[in-house]
Amino acid sequence: MAEMKKLINDPAHVVADALRGVAAAHPELRVDHEQRVIFRADAPVRGKVGLVSGGGSGHEPLHGGFVGPGMLDAACAGEIFTSPVPDQMVAATRGVDGGAGVLHIVKNYTGDVLNFEMAAEIVAADTGTEVLSVITDDDVAVQDSLYTAGRRGVGGTVLVEKLAGAAAEEGRTLGDVAAVARKANDNGRSMGLALTSCTVPAAGRPTFELPAGEMEVGIGIHGEPGRRRVPLATAAEAAEMLVAPILADLDFTGSPVIAFVNGMGATPLLELYVLYQEVATILEKSGVRIARSLVGPYITSLDMAGASVTLLRADDEILRLWDAPVRTPGLRWGS
Amino acid sequence: MGKLSRMVDTDALHAWIREFARLVEQHQDLLTELDSAIGDADHGANLHRGMSAVVEVLRAETPSTPAELFKRTGMTLVSTVGGASGPLYGTAFLRMSATAGEAETLDAGDLAKILRAALEGVVTRGKAQAGDKTMYDALAPAVRALEEAVGTGQPLAEALDAAARAAERGREATTAMIARKGRASYLGERSAGHPDPGATSVTYLVVAAATALA
Repeated sequence: MAEMKKLINDPAHVVADALRGVAAAHPELRVDHEQRVIFRADAPVRGKVGLVSGGGSGHEPLHGGFVGPGMLDAACAGEIFTSPVPDQMVAATRGVDGGAGVLHIVKNYTGDVLNFEMAAEIVAADTGTEVLSVITDDDVAVQDSLYTAGRRGVGGTVLVEKLAGAAAEEGRTLGDVAAVARKANDNGRSMGLALTSCTVPAAGRPTFELPAGEMEVGIGIHGEPGRRRVPLATAAEAAEMLVAPILADLDFTGSPVIAFVNGMGATPLLELYVLYQEVATILEKSGVRIARSLVGPYITSLDMAGASVTLLRADDEILRLWDAPVRTPGLRWGS
Repeated sequence: MGKLSRMVDTDALHAWIREFARLVEQHQDLLTELDSAIGDADHGANLHRGMSAVVEVLRAETPSTPAELFKRTGMTLVSTVGGASGPLYGTAFLRMSATAGEAETLDAGDLAKILRAALEGVVTRGKAQAGDKTMYDALAPAVRALEEAVGTGQPLAEALDAAARAAERGREATTAMIARKGRASYLGERSAGHPDPGATSVTYLVVAAATALA
């Protein structure tokens, strides 16, 4: 087996070292190294709903790279692919409470859901801070939700964090911001594929075996296996495999759509644009109108090669919130 | 609390926790291997990290009551384990603490009540049902066996032994099950053929009780 090649000092210290890098590169952020929480430097913002997310590390820029005006107020970094613990979420929640309540945005994985749930209980018992949670579950690859932990939170989470962040920045109430996040999640669907596995530094070898000439369709973002394994396909065929199940799951013809083509970590932007062009062609043929687009590695799976497609059914409110200014390391536009 | 059967005190319960930590350390690689087959290969490392922290915390300041011992254990697990296991084990121990109340010693009936509370905590937190291929499938039969043995007046040692055997049978039964909770559930039918890592680790908890408290 090939030796692991990574730009790290010590597999055990990757998350801590990366957080030191975030702090050094982004003076507009404040990093609590002990609790492993990345804050907006000006948190808590008085009168604004605080937005907290977090999860296992290895998906960067999600979530820490989305901390800043117009998006998250704080993000908790767990070990690689492992949920953070409630202490971190409690510290984050307290640190962003500007008096208007705090929203937790949680990807639907059992560990993340249970730890955020405990954190919300601890905060409720200790302080008067009002906390609401919105769980993202946009992955159509998980079909039979009665017999699973439910659909996974994947690419749609990026869009939820942007849209809810914009709503909070407008000064809306906790209930309103949570409703925006829920609406964004309910109207978003994603599907991903992998060309290679990924290597967790501490494990030192790929999480699963994916032979040359094959790809895995319906993967999650932790190297968990997908729906099926197929021969390596062209970008046009791959786009079809990703878009078809999304369109089969939800009708996207009636409203404008935000189309998001995401890289899993090791796939170059050049290929993502090749894929985007194929996705756009399919959507046009299917009568789906793209109103906004996002292309790039925004929710990754370490060094996995592959991509995912997320479509979000928008309306005027969603488009306005999407266009609102955002200033984070990972997403930045407007003034 | 009870008066007929043998009583266990905080020191004995402390020995139970240490024995559980020892079993987790001894079987860390097996837990990780089981978890890599159907999960994300971190159960052994995560639980070992948590139980090592528990042993340190309890060594640094020995709790004076069973409730305090269980509470420290639960809080430490919640803060150090992560994943789904942290909240599940943490909630189980915190419920045990609440059930132990003011008692300074526990008899077999009290232990049955405490483990029943732990099981209820796991169910409340994880929403697991019988047959979902989770720690429930080992812990629930163990609690039932303990309650039955206590109900028929068996001594503590025999009652805990019955519970340990029931847990082991429950763990074995998870091999054939298809996971319906946690990350293993994404595998669907491919999750069958391996025992559940959580059912395996909670079996060590019950086995440790039979070893340390008998």
